[in-house]
Amino acid sequence: MSDLGAAAGTLPLGDPVNVSRRRFIAGTAAGALVLGFGMPLGRARGQGATIAPGTRVPAFLEIRPDSSIRLLSPFTEGGQGIWTAMAQIVGEELDADPAAFVVENAPPGPDYLVMNGKIRFTGGSNSVRGSYTTMRRLGASARAVLIAAAAQRWGVPAATLTTAPGRVLHAASGRALTYGELAPHALDLPVPASVTLKDRKDFRWIGTRQPRVDAHAKSTGQIRYSIDIAVDGMLHAAIQHAPRLGLQPARIRNEAAVKAMAGVHSVHVLDGAVAVVARRFWHARRAVEAAEVEWTMPAAPGFRPMPADFSTDAFAAHLATATGREEVGESAGDVATAFAGAHATVNATYHSQYLNHAQLEPPSALARFNADGTLDLWFPLQSPEEALDDAAKAAGIARERIQLHAPPLGGFFGRHFQYRHAAPFPQAIALAKAVKAPVKVIWTREEEFLRDPLRPMAAVRWRGALDADGLPVAIEAISATEGPSEGIADQRGSRIDRAALEGMTGKAYAIANRRIAQIFVKSPATLAYWRSVGHSMNDFFYEAFLDELADKGGQDPYALRRRLLAGDPRLTTLLDAVVDLCGGWKRGPFAAPDGSMRARGIAMASPFGSQVAAIAEVSVADGAVRVHDVWQAIDPGTIVNPAIIEAQVNSAVAMGLSQALGEEATYKDGQRIARNFDGYTILAPTQMPRVHVRIVESGAAMGGIGEPGLPAVAPAVANALARLTGKRARSLPIKLA
Amino acid sequence: MIELTVNGAVHRLDAEPETPLLWALRDNLGMTGTKYGCGIAQCGACSVMVDGTVTRSCVLPIGSLAGTRITTIEAVEADPVGAKVTAAWVRHQVPQCGYCQSGQVMAATALLKQNARPSEADVEGAMSNLCRCCTYNAIKAAVRDVAGEGATA
Repeated sequence: MSDLGAAAGTLPLGDPVNVSRRRFIAGTAAGALVLGFGMPLGRARGQGATIAPGTRVPAFLEIRPDSSIRLLSPFTEGGQGIWTAMAQIVGEELDADPAAFVVENAPPGPDYLVMNGKIRFTGGSNSVRGSYTTMRRLGASARAVLIAAAAQRWGVPAATLTTAPGRVLHAASGRALTYGELAPHALDLPVPASVTLKDRKDFRWIGTRQPRVDAHAKSTGQIRYSIDIAVDGMLHAAIQHAPRLGLQPARIRNEAAVKAMAGVHSVHVLDGAVAVVARRFWHARRAVEAAEVEWTMPAAPGFRPMPADFSTDAFAAHLATATGREEVGESAGDVATAFAGAHATVNATYHSQYLNHAQLEPPSALARFNADGTLDLWFPLQSPEEALDDAAKAAGIARERIQLHAPPLGGFFGRHFQYRHAAPFPQAIALAKAVKAPVKVIWTREEEFLRDPLRPMAAVRWRGALDADGLPVAIEAISATEGPSEGIADQRGSRIDRAALEGMTGKAYAIANRRIAQIFVKSPATLAYWRSVGHSMNDFFYEAFLDELADKGGQDPYALRRRLLAGDPRLTTLLDAVVDLCGGWKRGPFAAPDGSMRARGIAMASPFGSQVAAIAEVSVADGAVRVHDVWQAIDPGTIVNPAIIEAQVNSAVAMGLSQALGEEATYKDGQRIARNFDGYTILAPTQMPRVHVRIVESGAAMGGIGEPGLPAVAPAVANALARLTGKRARSLPIKLA
Repeated sequence: MIELTVNGAVHRLDAEPETPLLWALRDNLGMTGTKYGCGIAQCGACSVMVDGTVTRSCVLPIGSLAGTRITTIEAVEADPVGAKVTAAWVRHQVPQCGYCQSGQVMAATALLKQNARPSEADVEGAMSNLCRCCTYNAIKAAVRDVAGEGATA
């Protein structure tokens, strides 16, 4: 890990650009430093100073003598390809090949609040679309400074200079200097107040299939995740959590025996857990699992204590019949009158399950208190500012005295926002304090599945009304659920939690009378954002029920969707694109060349600013659903890297399939049933369908990429299966009767 | 003291014989390219080669490894087949988060060293490691690519 802390600590407040840059350069012995360096600006400065996020080139870019470029990405890389996208976007305006970039995650700090100049987190499929212009400006500013340096060096007007990738050129004299040669001379030049961005037609890299900047490192085991980080004198710790959240350790019956186990340094009682610190993780794990802990529920147990009798089966039944205030998230027309005059109606209740994130990298945290009282922390995170706040609270020191490092993530899917009792960094801090040495805590997979907060469960009661032509005229959905945002906050907001209903609200179909409402039912298990959030279940509920309406009304599901989207050229084009991609609409059942009977289902979703349409082809063999192909057309409006879009759609399709076919986090008697991958089954290689992607670039406002590929998959599969088997699956995961 | 031969070098480890190879590699030898994912030989993130055979190191006691040759991801590019596999991984842009890919690359390398022209069923049988980013199609394409050009050690 590069350690910038010492230098940053000497930085004066005041003029944020020139002085700091000079001081920083003067204070370093590295010699490779040039245009700037990624400084952890949240430390000595920041709070009082006014910093326009995304404007200070040195906070983001270091151009080295060999013209390679170090970029601090405001957004955390966790597989979604954001480092590469940032290199493309900055490189486009800087005029530097994305392949020349070395990208790392930026630390907390006001410079990096690049989403609308106010906030910064990695989630909601927001990174590129939320910072696109800011990051382009950053690249353009850096280019302008390099041009100014060349102009000064050659004594020519800047206007006579141009750039080629990595070089400034003076056409009249045939002279050229590389960015690496120019960077030292650019140090004290002011960043221009305004820059002109390139015209889209002149783009060299944005919109093209650029290779990922991290592909080789990730193919050879060289990327270092949080779990891989080590510092001198570090001890290892393993945790045994209370089997139910809220329980506290009263006593370790065999504490003396545990302490005497090989390699054990010390045994600790923590909030809701016991820990063993040891020389090696294996020692710590073996010892902590040997600990016989007596757990007690305190009188005031705090955040979301898990009831001793909780079961997900009973909770699902409760959700299906729960009564209470119906809070309306979306309404139009007059549902009651439409139902009163309906030619036919359909009623159905749908269910979704709790889901683990199941990222392959188990959580870890490394804490090191330094001699000067400052604290270095490494742990997986996707909202650095909030993580720093929480770390400061846990450590009991000012946030300015914490250096928070943000390693790349071994998958996240929403796992690494700040959720209570869901991350090991407070344990690492407590243990490092206690043993007066750096401590790395790793959660075993079993401890992770015990404390991983979950995608909410919901039960949705649907009603639909059809007219004499079999067309839907009214729909009503009452979802008994707790939204993830209100669940994470552990309090209800003044308005309905949008994430509770998104995917049933915001649909584009022209159904004149509709009412989408929530009955709030608090979840006993802790909740989280899970890839595509509310859309992950709500588009399943909606699109599967829409097929039920189509069936009842004698409508073809593709034709009905097309009809309900009449007058919406963007979505009509998209729907036709996915049908074209799969070779024409063929609902089935039909016999495939291998003799299996197959059918296809179709579904759409409008998540995170993008639009998607999906078709799935399924068969049933040996009592199991087999998904052969998924075709997906995606319209994110405007694109940056089609190769990464295709990869993300592949990944999201598979995760959507995983929750449709197998994943389910269940409880019985307050206990988590499956605490490892033997019981919690994520999609296996043999279950992976062929995935066919068509990108439709409509030119609309830029949408997200990481999540939108997911929501339409489960309903497309369910719709195909209903066609094939004649039986409608209304619960996730889908189980064949 | 336990002696292990890892990537051609002999190491003497201060560790109990029941220590899983995974943790001996990571904590004793500081070789963190091999990953912990589940600890019960389910996910395959910890895959290494023992005498050329792909093995899940999280449940493999080091006491059973006397006289064996262990190859980890750190040395994969030194192997001619491994070099082809990693090159194919880059060409096919396989990794997303990357966490499982050390194990995937080791599984693919072991397969192709033993069987330069694996059938589809061979590939399906050998490439059983989990990937939460579900890079399975890209993995399959990369393995087929290497197999197509003939992986000879």
